Amino acid sequence: MTALPLILTVFVACAVEAIEALTIVLAAGLTREWRSTFQGMAAALLVLAAIVAVLGPTITLLPLTALRLVVGALLAIFGLQWLRKAILRATGYKALHDEASAYLREVAAAKAAAASSRRGINDWYAFTLSFKGVLLEGLEVVFIVITFGGNQRNMGAAVIGAAAAVLVVTVTGIAVRAPLARVPENAMKFAVGIMLTSFGIFWGAEGAGVSWPGHDAALLVLVPVVALVSLGYTILLRQRPRSAVATAVPPSSEEVASS
Amino acid sequence: MKRLKSIGAFWYDFVIGDDWRVAVVVVAALALTALLVHAAGVNAWWLVPVCAFAALGWSLRRATARP
Repeated sequence: MTALPLILTVFVACAVEAIEALTIVLAAGLTREWRSTFQGMAAALLVLAAIVAVLGPTITLLPLTALRLVVGALLAIFGLQWLRKAILRATGYKALHDEASAYLREVAAAKAAAASSRRGINDWYAFTLSFKGVLLEGLEVVFIVITFGGNQRNMGAAVIGAAAAVLVVTVTGIAVRAPLARVPENAMKFAVGIMLTSFGIFWGAEGAGVSWPGHDAALLVLVPVVALVSLGYTILLRQRPRSAVATAVPPSSEEVASS
Repeated sequence: MKRLKSIGAFWYDFVIGDDWRVAVVVVAALALTALLVHAAGVNAWWLVPVCAFAALGWSLRRATARP
């Protein structure tokens, strides 16, 4: 695989997570205090960079077969969960992730919280909100960067894809000073789920010892097949008669953080 | 102990997600594939995709089932 599909896959996956982190950072910064918010964001980015710096080189030392088996299994599980969520959202069984309403919930919570300074930080609430948001969303970015970069023995390309996504989302967020609610987040998650699942299946099976027909070119068939199966499930679920219980409900704050 | 539990719960949710059955099917499919390749000499490249699609369908069916 050349570097371009790797960079593009990591870029889209990381952009989705960056959009969610941006919503939390904006809520903390605009309603509380920017200085503490940036301090929280910088602390989280430092932790994430340290994880990549430690795990990145370590993972490339592992034998490729074992690496592909473990990483393939993790990616397939991770990707199938993304696809499951995206299909449930696309069919209305789960509420769509709405950045505008997530932002309003975070703003309401931030306004209600009392101000207190701790450990040299002016506003501890803004710091922790920003730190947690960036760290939690960033962990998924780190997972994708390490697994894709390690498997392709091209950590640099994966880091470029992730950094570009964070940069584009940050610059756009600063320009509009609002959550990026118009971005088709579910469609992006659907696409990322397809990519993660396809690469997970491909690498996992290779790690288990199979030889794919056509070698790397098998991915060119596998990705559309995963997409078609997922679309097929979406169409099937849309055609099913709905019960009153199965209608979409707004996500809780925990769901928002973990989605 | 409480902190360890919450860390464990976070990683479980992070990796396994909403439906642990999907993870079990994927791991079992990979183990069976390795067995077929190394013990029986069958190049079972088709097994993991088939199991992954079945696991996704099963999980969606459970998630949307009427009570």
